Amino acid sequence: MFWRKFEERLFNFLIRLATIIIIGCLFVIVLTIVVKGLPAMSWDMISKSPSGGFYLGKEGGVLNAIVGSLYLGIGASLFALLLSIPVVVYMNVYAPTHSKFAQYIRISLDILYGIPSIVYGAFGFLIMIYLGLKVSLLAGIVTVGLLVLPIMARTMDEVIRTIPKELTEASLSLGATKWETAMKVLLRQAFPGILTAILLGFGRAIGDAASVIFTTGFTDNVPESILQPAATLPLAIFFQLGSPIQEVVNRAYASALILTIMILVISISSRLLSRRFNKNIIK
Amino acid sequence: MVLPLRILLDKVAGKSVLCLSVLIGSLLFLIVGGLYFKSLPILESHSFWDLISKSIWKPGKEQFGFLPYILSTVYITIISLTIAVPLCILCSVYLSEYASKRVKSFVTSLVDILAGIPSVIFGIWGIIMIVPFISDTLAPAFGQEDTTGYSILAGGLVLAIMVFPIVIHIMLEVLRTVPVELREASLSLGANKWETIKKVVLRKAAPGIIAAIVLGFSRAFGETLAVLMVVGNTALIPHSIFDAGYPLPALIANNYGEMMSIPLYDSALMFASFLLLVVILIFNVAARFFMMRVERRMS
Amino acid sequence: MQTSINEPMEKTGNASQHATLIQPLNGQSLNGVKTHISVRNLNISYGNSQILKNVSIDIPDKKITAIIGPSGCGKTTLLKTFNRLIESSDGIKIEGEVLVDGENIYGKNVEVTNMRKKMGLLSQRPMPLPMSIYDNIAYGMRIHGIRKKSILNERVTYYLKQASLWNEVKDRLHQPATKLSIGQQQRLCLARGLAVEPEIILGDEPTSALDPISSQRIEEKFVELKDQYTIVMVTHILRQARRIADYIVFMYLGEIVEHGPAHELLENPREEMTKEYVKGVIS
Repeated sequence: MFWRKFEERLFNFLIRLATIIIIGCLFVIVLTIVVKGLPAMSWDMISKSPSGGFYLGKEGGVLNAIVGSLYLGIGASLFALLLSIPVVVYMNVYAPTHSKFAQYIRISLDILYGIPSIVYGAFGFLIMIYLGLKVSLLAGIVTVGLLVLPIMARTMDEVIRTIPKELTEASLSLGATKWETAMKVLLRQAFPGILTAILLGFGRAIGDAASVIFTTGFTDNVPESILQPAATLPLAIFFQLGSPIQEVVNRAYASALILTIMILVISISSRLLSRRFNKNIIK
Repeated sequence: MVLPLRILLDKVAGKSVLCLSVLIGSLLFLIVGGLYFKSLPILESHSFWDLISKSIWKPGKEQFGFLPYILSTVYITIISLTIAVPLCILCSVYLSEYASKRVKSFVTSLVDILAGIPSVIFGIWGIIMIVPFISDTLAPAFGQEDTTGYSILAGGLVLAIMVFPIVIHIMLEVLRTVPVELREASLSLGANKWETIKKVVLRKAAPGIIAAIVLGFSRAFGETLAVLMVVGNTALIPHSIFDAGYPLPALIANNYGEMMSIPLYDSALMFASFLLLVVILIFNVAARFFMMRVERRMS
Repeated sequence: MQTSINEPMEKTGNASQHATLIQPLNGQSLNGVKTHISVRNLNISYGNSQILKNVSIDIPDKKITAIIGPSGCGKTTLLKTFNRLIESSDGIKIEGEVLVDGENIYGKNVEVTNMRKKMGLLSQRPMPLPMSIYDNIAYGMRIHGIRKKSILNERVTYYLKQASLWNEVKDRLHQPATKLSIGQQQRLCLARGLAVEPEIILGDEPTSALDPISSQRIEEKFVELKDQYTIVMVTHILRQARRIADYIVFMYLGEIVEHGPAHELLENPREEMTKEYVKGVIS
């Protein structure tokens, strides 16, 4: 009897402790980055590209990497969006209700989601060889786009799947075609979900490093064309961190702070936005 | 009969989305096929068994022994899951069985934010906190004075945190499918809440929990940058958790620069990617199998 | 999907057992009333289960026809075959004919959106499209090529009045339709359906989600509208059928057990099964 009570109390304590540890990790990580990054933060960091001697601790900032990451993130999200929307429309509108093929695509997207980014990097490298593409923003966009595609497509798909079938039927019964129904009703109804999906993909694209090593390269300049290599924040952090000079390492911390803030802004705003755009939605 | 434009548009759109869907549906095969094709050269000159069982790595002499890399990857993954799995089970139980709705949604959104943090941030945090902690505190406590802290334990710890979100997410999903009636039945027989969870809920959800672990495993297996940053990267088989290791993804990421200059090197790295991919595909199929069992059990 | 007039000979033989139930084909009178929709030897199966078994029925023009029967008897399926919403499922096999105004809607050259335009649909739960009240009504008209603002305005007003909703919404036409009460939403859906100028109104238990007063208004509306439209509704409420239906079809396990003018079927059912259902023994 005593043991029974004790066990329950013990586990009551343990489950709360585990939860606190897990949330604690998030706070500790963010806090560490802020504490280490803030002292090295300066206006130069976000407004200037590296100038001569930057990697020895002299003048400059990581504007090249910030802009590069944004280009890459936007490009990759757009690319993934252009592929996801048709697939999602096919799976939910054109494919018959219990279509085996649509089911297969869902499973294959789920599996693609689990493939690590380094493998995408290797695959992107193969695409580059095949197309005769050099290390460039474009190669990065294609690779990272494929990497975010499963996340985006499946997030949208899950949202559209929750839309009642009767809504589709209502539009069809008014004589709308499937395409009109998809574009004017379903995508509209799923809009907050689509927004979340895009931001989710965007965040992932900005933060990913392993797939970018192979494909996007690194440069100290802000890229002027899609065929030039581009710097990205994660790689900028990684390279600066490897420096033996303390000031450069400090800059790595500051860059990490910039990246963390960007990611937090994206992830929090996606939450807020999806709440705002709910007004036309049937619940 | 001439079709009106909008009907024509619908037909064209239908065909185009189908074509794109076929393309996306074949992406998985393209990736598997492409990497396999590129690893053929090395598979032709070395036997598969040699590649994965030998431990000498001298690309210049065409000696490619992947064993240290494979073992490092496996060890790190095991360490991370040993830490992550109990914590995740406890946390999911709390969230699904005990926490109020508000606490639950608060914690799950924090976990979602954790999921969005890039791996390089985890890596840098590992270097700032975990590595010194191991070299200054943990290793000496176990009688290991001369470690740098860059070790498979550091990799495992960092990975554990990165695995939390995905495992918790799936576990919550699984626990949600356990019918309320089942819990009520157990409670009404006089079991207390914890006994009900232990003997009924967790048992019923077991295959799903295994699926969550397997998916966490596959996530940990392929994680690159965060691990690379804290694991030390020496190509020896680690003998203790305080030894440095060199996991497969780090091998690929660190050597992309030279891979075109040494014969067979590129093929070796592609083989490493192929190996990662195959292991992850197997895990995924296994997880799917367990999930299917959950669905059958619940209905 | 298979459509055939004379394919399975044995089926026609089978049908002759029900010969007494089958009314003369289109154009001829049904107790002096024209038929609008005729179903001939309709068989629908999904996998191994047969959902509709050899259904043949004539739906009278400009009358309210109620399809009644216990749940799962195939009444909704039958209703949805009338505007081909049923075809979009994988593994569904459709045999037989559905003739609307004498034309088989499962025929090869039928343009499905034009055919659906002839029928307005009210679903169980009101399904306003994710847009404003005004756009909900204008949606169908715009799709069918009406662009002129003045015409749209005029018709939106007209159909909102037709559905007795105008007075309640005239000041907030551009608010999201989801802000309306459920009862108002269903009348909006009715107005939306009427706006594409159909000949037939299909109702799939259109009052089942509504409160008694809103239900009553829909019922009244139906009675008013039957001078201009053929109305077919599925209902599980026997009293509703008694109140407003002119003609009743009783289905059980995918078959039509009995059909006829409302008072005849309700007062003097010919079949034992109908008797029990009307008495409330089975439901």
